[in-house]
Amino acid sequence: MPTAFPFTAIVGQEELKLAIVCAAVDPTIGGVLVFGDRGAGKSTAVRALAALLPPIRTVEGCRYGCDPSGAELCPACRARKAAGGLKTRLSPTPVVDLPLGATQDRLVGALDLEKALTLGQKSFEPGLICRAHRGFLYIDEVNLLEDHLVDLLIDVAASGENLVEREGLSLRHPARFVLIGSGNPEEGELRPQLLDRFGLMVEVKTPSDVKSRVEAVRRREAFDRDREGFAALWRKEERRLRAKIIGARKRLAAVEAPDAAIEWAARLCMRLGADGLRGELTLIRAARAIAALEGSLSVAEKHLRQIAPAALRHRLRRNPLDESGSTRRVERAMSELPAAA
Amino acid sequence: MSETGACGGGDTWRDPLLAGALFAIDPAGLRGIVLRARSGPAREAFLSWLTRLLPEATPLRRVPIGVPDSRLLGGLDLTETLRLGRPVAERGLLAESDGGIILLAMAERLEPAAAARIAATLDTAEVSIERDGLALKAPARFGVVALDEGASDDERAPAALTDRLGFLVDLSELALRDFIELPWTAADIAAARARLGAVDIDAAMIAHLNAAAMALGVESLRALLLAAQSARAAAALGGRTQVSTADAACAAALVLAPRAQTSPAAGDPPQAPDQDDGDSDAPPDSDGESVDPSAEDLVVEAARAAVPPGMMERLQRASSGARGSGGKSGGFKRAGLRGRPADVVEGAPKDGQRLNVIETLRAAAPWRLLRGGAGAGGEGRLPIERQDFRVTRVKQRAQTVTIFAVDASGSSALNRLAEAKGAVELLLAECYVRRDEVALLAFRGESAELLLPPTRSLLRAKRSLADMPGGGATPLADGIAAAVRLAEAEKRKGRSPFIVLMTDGAANISAGGKAAGRKRAKEDALDAARLARAAGLEAALIDISPRPQPDAERLAAEMNARYLPLPFADASALARAVRRPPLARLTG
Repeated sequence: MPTAFPFTAIVGQEELKLAIVCAAVDPTIGGVLVFGDRGAGKSTAVRALAALLPPIRTVEGCRYGCDPSGAELCPACRARKAAGGLKTRLSPTPVVDLPLGATQDRLVGALDLEKALTLGQKSFEPGLICRAHRGFLYIDEVNLLEDHLVDLLIDVAASGENLVEREGLSLRHPARFVLIGSGNPEEGELRPQLLDRFGLMVEVKTPSDVKSRVEAVRRREAFDRDREGFAALWRKEERRLRAKIIGARKRLAAVEAPDAAIEWAARLCMRLGADGLRGELTLIRAARAIAALEGSLSVAEKHLRQIAPAALRHRLRRNPLDESGSTRRVERAMSELPAAA
Repeated sequence: MSETGACGGGDTWRDPLLAGALFAIDPAGLRGIVLRARSGPAREAFLSWLTRLLPEATPLRRVPIGVPDSRLLGGLDLTETLRLGRPVAERGLLAESDGGIILLAMAERLEPAAAARIAATLDTAEVSIERDGLALKAPARFGVVALDEGASDDERAPAALTDRLGFLVDLSELALRDFIELPWTAADIAAARARLGAVDIDAAMIAHLNAAAMALGVESLRALLLAAQSARAAAALGGRTQVSTADAACAAALVLAPRAQTSPAAGDPPQAPDQDDGDSDAPPDSDGESVDPSAEDLVVEAARAAVPPGMMERLQRASSGARGSGGKSGGFKRAGLRGRPADVVEGAPKDGQRLNVIETLRAAAPWRLLRGGAGAGGEGRLPIERQDFRVTRVKQRAQTVTIFAVDASGSSALNRLAEAKGAVELLLAECYVRRDEVALLAFRGESAELLLPPTRSLLRAKRSLADMPGGGATPLADGIAAAVRLAEAEKRKGRSPFIVLMTDGAANISAGGKAAGRKRAKEDALDAARLARAAGLEAALIDISPRPQPDAERLAAEMNARYLPLPFADASALARAVRRPPLARLTG
């Protein structure tokens, strides 16, 4: 894989960066959808994510990347555990790119063609969602994804388990991943069921001020001319952010959400008529991640405010006659709320 | 070594050929050219100029329209796989073009999905495939020449591609007899290519380019980056290691000017379509720390002067929605083959279904040893039996295009328009699930105008609906005729159109935009309505007058349309009235 553009070298796009870092701190937030202008750095930011993630502990020799400390183990690991314990090792957190044109067999896994052809054996070849287990699955141009693949993803993302019934193979393995999607709204709308799978939604715009535009072009140009050299310049920044994320992860469990914060979030969702409880939950979780990143142990209103548009803008019931965008509506509702006590 | 000289010559061959030369210096960096021209000697002359400047033996691959993913991206080589008895991967066209150029035939008809695949490859410089049981990555750095043969303004190469390619070259106004030779040879280009790595562009020069981009309303950061890269290539061609003002001016003219979105005269307001000859001395708006204002003026001026003539009129006419369109048609598949793959089922193909070879192979593969098809070393054939056959079932949905034809004349008043807009947006909001499209045309004054070409994008709809004009006379006949024309065009693309005509049935402008009295206008409208019936088009007429009008009812009868008197219709009632059950069905 060619060297990726460093995350910290991305000019502007603060909301996008914040949402991605939040998802890295707390995967249960439930994924990030990035919609916006062409060439604003959507996929650059996502592809830069891998470098920021701490390694995870996996079971040695497990092809499904099982978590040795977790309750969900694949059958093979359960057998290993019963037979006297699991050997573990550190591996990088997976960030898997779902390329356009991927076929279903590669997504969910299928019969290993090579083994079947050469040895006449039935053997399962895990797919991309298996590789993404405990990591991230990135779909660029998510609104161009084939319908039957969308259905599959929705199903697996909801159940956390991949069920394979193909060619006489029948097996299941844990598949928990954070979905990251990006796309341009001009290419089409996203299906509501899929939209709902994303915890946060970010709208990116091309920067309009001269300074950031010039700086963005300069950095990109420098990167294109010497990828390694450019990445080396940013290594320190990257390390710093990575340490911050690891620190926040450790702190996360200790971060509390006081009643006042929860009430503020509930009021906001009520005022907006956001569907379901999911909005509130995501909002609180994301705010906890932000608090953890800031080194604070309690969620405050400012944390909620920072992430509320991203947590709620895709959950508003669409009102075509209201010309103002959903971001504006969230902001308006926030300005009308009394402060959290 | 010859200088690049002043750019922006307008209607001569100079700019196109210079763009070709710069592209030849750095095909992978400048990404490509959208070459808008019909197939013919002018295009051939340009392409031969380009190939002369590229290094010898540069691979030049032609990518035909409608090429399947297995060829574009790569996949399982079935013949070899069967022959050798082990999976053999086949490289796709994109991977094969690594280090070369791809020629995209009929780019204006390129499917958005195919455009997205090529765009993704341009972004990552590698092809990544996860198909047919294979997971592969292959380097793919190439330049693209998109051959755009579009005739009308809304037939263009997909925006996802245009945004990424450095140059938009239009040869349609140029004649071969005016062809000129530019002084550079392949050796000059090679020297420039060698020099390119050492060429620097400073922040001030990028700021000048940015000022030019802003003056033309070009927001895309990719365009700015491509302009900076082109300026470097121009400097390399001129033998410099630092980008000069002239190089930046040249890049602004070649890269930025063809993307102009606003009139260069007025700067920022998006609708200010005054003609400008480039002699305006209004300073470009820049809040940056420009070092040398006169240099910035020079760059901005070069860009302004190079905006193609006629472009302003187009900007004036076209709503912003027209930008993203293009390349949507292409349905020529037979029944039972079209649609989206739903699932794979056992059974032999019948009724024109396609055998799913990979799945069939998969079904057969595990039994190979058992059926005695394999020799000792894994060679031999793969026995395939009838029970292995798999076919792909496709979900076929007759895609509906709902065409709103709205009376926007004075008699129908502006509030009607607001309701029509609301209804269009409501329908669009649920469109994604139903895969339907919506179009909107309004008739007023002397003619009908297509405000929103068929689209599924709510964003585009909102943009073009925002400033829908109202008032004036009622050219009902032309309005109906325009709707029928659009409906028939959609029908030819294999979609099922549905016309929703919103009017009070009163006409005062006859066919062809002539004010020939109410009686004549009414007759013409009835004629147009019969045309719709003769074409077998489905339609509904919504009577929007305060009291139901016999004229409107008669019109509906002649059109064979449902008549819906909705004097107080609001947007949601309207949307409900025209909603139809989706036409999904499984075939196979």
